[in-house]
Amino acid sequence: MNPIYQKKTGRFIGIIALLIVLIITMFFISLSTGVINIAPLDVVRTIIGQGTERQGLVLFDFRLPGIILALLIGSGLAVSGVILQGVTQNDLADPGILGINTGAGLAVVLFIFFIQDSLNTTLSIFIMPLFALVGALFAAFLVYTLAWKNGVNPIRLVLVGIGVNAGFSAALIIFQLKMNPQDFRQATVWLSGDIWSANWSFVLALLPWILILVPYALHKANVLNVLNLGDDVAAGLGSKVEGDRRLLLLIAVALAGASVAAGGAIAFLGLVVPHIARRIIGPLHQYIIPISTLIGALLLMVSDTIGKNLLTPTEIPAGVVVAVLSTPYFVYLLVKTK
Amino acid sequence: MLSTIQHSSFLKIIINILTIIALLLAMGLSIAYGAVDINLSTVWQAIINFDRDITSHQVIQELRLPRAIAAALVGAFLAVSGAIMQGMTRNPLASPSIMGVTNGAAFALVLTMAFIPGVSGLGLTIASFAGAGIAVVLVFMVGSFSTGGLTPVKLALAGVAIGTLLSSVSTIIALHFKLEKQLGFWLAGGLAGTNWSSIQVLLISGAIGIFIAFMIAKSITVLNLGEDVAVGLGQNNIVIKILGILTVLILTGAAVSVAGAIGFMGLIIPHMSRFIMGTDFRWIIPSSALFGALLLVLSDIVSRLINAPYETPVGAITSLIGVPFFLYLARGSSGGGK
Repeated sequence: MNPIYQKKTGRFIGIIALLIVLIITMFFISLSTGVINIAPLDVVRTIIGQGTERQGLVLFDFRLPGIILALLIGSGLAVSGVILQGVTQNDLADPGILGINTGAGLAVVLFIFFIQDSLNTTLSIFIMPLFALVGALFAAFLVYTLAWKNGVNPIRLVLVGIGVNAGFSAALIIFQLKMNPQDFRQATVWLSGDIWSANWSFVLALLPWILILVPYALHKANVLNVLNLGDDVAAGLGSKVEGDRRLLLLIAVALAGASVAAGGAIAFLGLVVPHIARRIIGPLHQYIIPISTLIGALLLMVSDTIGKNLLTPTEIPAGVVVAVLSTPYFVYLLVKTK
Repeated sequence: MLSTIQHSSFLKIIINILTIIALLLAMGLSIAYGAVDINLSTVWQAIINFDRDITSHQVIQELRLPRAIAAALVGAFLAVSGAIMQGMTRNPLASPSIMGVTNGAAFALVLTMAFIPGVSGLGLTIASFAGAGIAVVLVFMVGSFSTGGLTPVKLALAGVAIGTLLSSVSTIIALHFKLEKQLGFWLAGGLAGTNWSSIQVLLISGAIGIFIAFMIAKSITVLNLGEDVAVGLGQNNIVIKILGILTVLILTGAAVSVAGAIGFMGLIIPHMSRFIMGTDFRWIIPSSALFGALLLVLSDIVSRLINAPYETPVGAITSLIGVPFFLYLARGSSGGGK
């Protein structure tokens, strides 16, 4: 192995280790803070089964599912962003801007509006991601087809994405206003990217998607590297450009759809995390994907904790905190890079 | 057909006159339609021959007439702002909502409501101008300090970032001070609350804003050919840009303070009028004003019809009407800003 690669791998392992330590630390801080404070030591005691019943209830039924969900959603959206930016060779691409989140959102709202009442609650929690996925796929399909004109030009893709996004949001508002008050509340809370109402069924519903798709994306990292060189080079290197692009898009859309179904539309995360990861480790997707997974998870968990505790009793949606935390850095990146 | 129009001043004038007639008819309809339908002849009577004792005359004078006028003015202002921004930056995506201007105005409005309870309508308007100004200055600062200069994509990215940041902070303030409803209104946009004092605000700002817009229209046409060309022709670009930004601030600030952030108007209408009128901003700006006014008056009628007796946010309607057209334009563009 050549020395540059070795140096890079060393750096990569160092950063991964650092991120994991940060995640574990934050995990315990998040668990122990809240309306009821539980000392970190008590948290450990409760986890190994030595805590009081009340502490057990707070930790296992309220905090833990929310935190784990935040980790999963954060990583899902971040990897989705990495893939979208790589595939479209466009720094602006992310599931939010391309209308995929809104597509998933619209599908979920339609689901709540038309179908939910005829199903029991647990079943509907598992079916909702499927609907979100269908919505996300439909949005992606629409954007891709409408942007297609002898190939997909990156700027046209973003323009079409913005258009489709606006159309879906408008439809979303109109349907939402036609709902009865209870459904309306459920939809609004869900849409603002709220994870604190999480319970274990949401975690279980999202887990398989992340566990299968993130490693698969990593497996396809080389394809992303090649696609990133531009269509012509990629074709020259033997990549079946359109086929690969579609497959990767499908993964990105599935990740975004499942994440949105579980946590609502959390804006900006998928846009900013890949930029941060690229800045830290350079352009190779073998490195970018794992680092983005961890940064995304960390960022959303931290944001969720801050949102819950900053202005108690007012709870701020995690998505809002993500935006406040990450936009200054994003602006900095914007100024620094060419 | 289109190229015939673009080369004939006579046809352009005819189109503008037709738009004015359509606008007047639409405003008549807007006044006639409502919880109690009033026929057009009564509308006419109430305007030219007002009788205080007739209820329908009062409804028209106090509620519906100001609403129709406000719709026309707000639509015109947003469209002209968009046209100026697109012309100055040569960026097809530039518009008050994408560049964060509307978010900035909403941010300042929420801030003012939170810290100065019971602030007057005039105070809110001034806040709205200031907020719009802060957003524009921030976006342009980020854009121009970056390595590589003020490229279209960079400007759009900066706008998205600053807009997201401002709207997130607004959400936090609104949640904490229980102003969600007001914020929701400004972000969704609506004309239900308009009265004669809003018209005053609009007319004063409009007189100044539209006047400057017409003054600099010719220079914007030159600027739109490229900065170098403009300099070569002896034009002082800095002065034009400052005047242009000032106009955008005045018009958008007034529009947002009265009707909230009505999306997509400033993006679509200028494209539409450039499509029909060609590249001369002396034609684009007036026809943007007329098309914008017409679209918003019509959308306002639809927003009252679609889910009667409740009103649907008019921004949702303008998006639904505008999106298909925008997508058509996006497809036609050979990659947008290049």
